[in-house]
Amino acid sequence: MIGIVASVVDGVLVGAVYGLAAMGLTLIWGVMNVINLTHGAMIVLGMFGVYFLATAAGLSPYGGVPIVIVLGFLFGVVVYWVSVNRVVGRPVLMSLLATFAMNMVLIGLGTALWSTSPYNVPVTLPGITWQGYTFTGTHIMAAALAGAIAGLLYLFLYRTRRGKAIRAVADNREAAELTGIPTKQVLSMAFGLGVALACVSGALIATLFPFTVLSGSSYQLKSFVVTVLGGLGNPAGALIGGVALGLIEGLATPFMPVSWTPIIEFALFVATLIAFPRGIFAFSRA
Amino acid sequence: MSRLAAAHARFVERVNRRSLWRPFPWLVLIVTAAIALTPLRLDDVQLRESLLLACVYITLASNLNLMIGYAGYVNFGNIVFFGLGGYICIYLIDSWHWPLLVAALAAGLAVSAVALLFGLGILRLRGAFFALATIGVNEAVKAFVANFEPWGGATGIYLSLDAYGSLGGPMQALWTAYLLIVGVMGLSLLLSWAIKSSKFGLGLLAIGQNEDAAAVLGVPTPRYKALAYSASAFLPAVAGGLYFFKSGIIEPTGAFDLSFSIEAIVMVMLGGAGTVTGPAIGAFLYEELRGLLLVAETFSHFQLVIAGALLLLIVLFVPGGLMGFIHRKWPYTRWWLE
Repeated sequence: MIGIVASVVDGVLVGAVYGLAAMGLTLIWGVMNVINLTHGAMIVLGMFGVYFLATAAGLSPYGGVPIVIVLGFLFGVVVYWVSVNRVVGRPVLMSLLATFAMNMVLIGLGTALWSTSPYNVPVTLPGITWQGYTFTGTHIMAAALAGAIAGLLYLFLYRTRRGKAIRAVADNREAAELTGIPTKQVLSMAFGLGVALACVSGALIATLFPFTVLSGSSYQLKSFVVTVLGGLGNPAGALIGGVALGLIEGLATPFMPVSWTPIIEFALFVATLIAFPRGIFAFSRA
Repeated sequence: MSRLAAAHARFVERVNRRSLWRPFPWLVLIVTAAIALTPLRLDDVQLRESLLLACVYITLASNLNLMIGYAGYVNFGNIVFFGLGGYICIYLIDSWHWPLLVAALAAGLAVSAVALLFGLGILRLRGAFFALATIGVNEAVKAFVANFEPWGGATGIYLSLDAYGSLGGPMQALWTAYLLIVGVMGLSLLLSWAIKSSKFGLGLLAIGQNEDAAAVLGVPTPRYKALAYSASAFLPAVAGGLYFFKSGIIEPTGAFDLSFSIEAIVMVMLGGAGTVTGPAIGAFLYEELRGLLLVAETFSHFQLVIAGALLLLIVLFVPGGLMGFIHRKWPYTRWWLE
């Protein structure tokens, strides 16, 4: 019994990081109605970012996190102008294909540069032992950082002028433009933010599990599941959806081999979409 | 030029309502026969292999086009049909000793039926949600097959040499599989063409233009989408059965290779989504291009990068693809190459 509780708590901790990744996806969708299929590639870039900062530059992995956020933001803005700007507002098919193509380019480059062999960020933190079960320190740290970053994002979106501009564009792009908001810049900023969130969650995941260039696709699938659980376009829901997914995975792990995880996730995804198309945790939109 | 075009338009109008008078199906038959017979007459195995791959690509691209080009829905998991069809067919041949043709057809029907059921479920999802679901399908089916013991789990199924006995030994069987795959390719083009000129096809094109408007005008959108999804599953599944019969082995990573799905999308967009000829030409060109790139040592690592960059350029700058460009430049080609 305690084993299950421990597994669930661990699942929730990891789930907070999934939630952070999904916030990036859902922010972009909410603001410009684009499903960012480079999401998985960005998660992987974050993983390699923190890996190289830790091994080559000798930084502590957690010290690398702010740098990953900044680099991720800048890279996201570049990707926006290269591949997304022309397809915003066009049929969904076009933006899906454009971001998907970008994803192929990034994954292809990554495979050529770093091969598909597994990498691993060396990090040790003391864990907390309770009733004979140890909760890994890295998992607690990652969840705490994910919560803190989500809080900062919330403050940014609700308390700063630029954040309010992003929400205005999400609500009504034309009206925002009429009030003098430079919408293209705001869109590129929102895309950069979404990518930065994907990168930083990748960086946090890299401190938990080994990863390869191709890890992105499975985390991308998790992000989709989380996003629909939380309601597409709803950052607060995404975080709760992430925790919910972690909870479900934590509950399932003791009973089922890990290789079945994608099947459970996918069933959850389709079932949620059909039964609750607006998300189970759909509160007011951000 | 304009008199020529006007005369041509009158001629087209007169012939248009009798679909068998139109040149396209006959063109398809001639090309299919040429592809089937050339390597057979020359007894050229290398040519056969390269044409076989082209035919598989054309089948995949042409059926994917039913979703992307007609209904305007991206199916990122289109390779699932191919892989699942292959698995069912190989399983029927290996464990139940069914003859190849029956097994391949059964695989096609089974996959089509599954797709219909699944489609009725997920096709109520609109636009982006549907696309997300299709990405998940691939991962989920692959994980399922890798865990499914009767199909050999992660190691897959090897066909024993006896399986080729009834077709006159392995050498003969490879030729039979080739001819059947060429036939499937021809049928794919005819199916695309038949659907496009039917009421069903018009409904799909309407959905692709504006789904709300189509629904208001009385197109039963969920049912049509599910039918298109199911129809686009049948021939790829048959082709998968034949292809993996020819390889003699099937295993999860090879059967559900996501990059195959991706490349099929590139082919459709390259040739021109929504046209019948476009995806076929796109598939053929892409196959040739890939052949060239694979020969050059430096490029083989960057195959995905090049395919991605190509797709991005097409989507951003020539969304109509090659046939879109040709049709705009020379409108009367619409009649010959639909």
